[in-house]
Amino acid sequence: MDKTYYNPEDLPKFGNISEFQPELAKKFFDYYGDVFKEGALSEREKSLIALAVAHTIQCPYCIDAYTTDSLQKGSTETEMMEAVHVAAAIRGGSSLVHAVQMMNKVKEISM
Amino acid sequence: MTQSLKKQQHQLSDSIIQLEVLNHVREKGDNFTPFGNKLKEAGLLPLKPTGIEIFQVNVGKMCNQTCKHCHVDAGPDRKEIMSRETMEQCLHVLAKTDIPTVDITGGAPEMNPHFRWFVEELSGLKKKIMVRCNLTIILANPKYNDLPEFFKQHKIEVISSLPHFVASKTDAQRGEGVFDKSIKALQMLNSVGYGKESDLPLHLVYNPAGAFLPTAQHTLEKEFKRKLKQQYHIDFNHLYVITNLPISRFLEYLLRSGNYESYMQQLIDAFNPEAARNVMCRNTISIGWDGYLYDCDFNQMLDLKVKNTAVQHISHFDIDTLNQREIVINQHCYGCTAGAGSSCGGEVT
Repeated sequence: MDKTYYNPEDLPKFGNISEFQPELAKKFFDYYGDVFKEGALSEREKSLIALAVAHTIQCPYCIDAYTTDSLQKGSTETEMMEAVHVAAAIRGGSSLVHAVQMMNKVKEISM
Repeated sequence: MTQSLKKQQHQLSDSIIQLEVLNHVREKGDNFTPFGNKLKEAGLLPLKPTGIEIFQVNVGKMCNQTCKHCHVDAGPDRKEIMSRETMEQCLHVLAKTDIPTVDITGGAPEMNPHFRWFVEELSGLKKKIMVRCNLTIILANPKYNDLPEFFKQHKIEVISSLPHFVASKTDAQRGEGVFDKSIKALQMLNSVGYGKESDLPLHLVYNPAGAFLPTAQHTLEKEFKRKLKQQYHIDFNHLYVITNLPISRFLEYLLRSGNYESYMQQLIDAFNPEAARNVMCRNTISIGWDGYLYDCDFNQMLDLKVKNTAVQHISHFDIDTLNQREIVINQHCYGCTAGAGSSCGGEVT
């Protein structure tokens, strides 16, 4: 396989980050586990949010993991795609809302 | 209608070929960790029974459906069904032992012409009777329309597959139109009291529709209950989450889709010693359509008979010998020990 910064075989090794700093890794993974437990939101809803965020931050590991996790938790392809559209809308919107700043500046310095 | 692997004369319809695939050396040059090694680490080798509590009878491979993941390779073109003589041998064994539960499976067990007679005889023995009903059989022919009433009459526990509460997902696994018919059948079962009255339990079975492991049973059960109630007014008792084992049609799918190695690795990585302690083969004996005995329905489909050759057929059933047997294992067993474990009754931990 060609060398690449992203290797699918690295995903299951996520836990190995504890090798260099076990205490912080433990705190992180404990927190991570608790975050995804059912609370006011169901585990399935949390997985869909994670899937949307994964697309926002464009993390291939997270997309891989939360596509599988969403399917495992019973989400449909339509729900998953709508979640990604939510991420896309927010990303697009966050660019466009800055246009107000652009417009303000234009008006400030234009005759 | 899709044909069974056997009808297609597919090489994977041969259990020897399946076992060769499961034990093959990977391209990397190594092999998947043998299941026996994992059991040894868990202190469970040799795997021994805890005592037979479930007498699981596979009354035949004939079915009105040809599901893509079916470990039986069942379908309309399969003609192997249990004879009345073999059923009589089963009844004889059950009459002289105190095995409390009989689990009737197939194929579609109701398609065996002796099915109702067998149930009536079992009913007389005061055994707990479970039937694995694929739901659509109830609507397949007018002669099956009264099955809900028949089940009720004999206080049968009904266990039915419904892999998803969305039609397209269920149909993708079980065939076009299966979801709509399954919903109608569930409503018919509900209408006679199944899933509503305490003595008429109705359980659903979820299998993942793809190369991934199932999530926690309680999580999926909540989703299923909410969706089926909201959209179709359906009630049921429990959802049994079952992992797909890498044999027969699911193995063929894994190989064809290029998912075999990653799926096996997922199963192995998820090996859970606690699940291994509670695997169903420890309290189950499985009887094939021709009367041969197996440690489970999966071993049955791989033609891995119980190890002790003196008691390999129902005609030689000896509960004391069988309770001392060594359970036959192979690489497919990882499917029952992954995560929370998997059995015909769902999770085992």
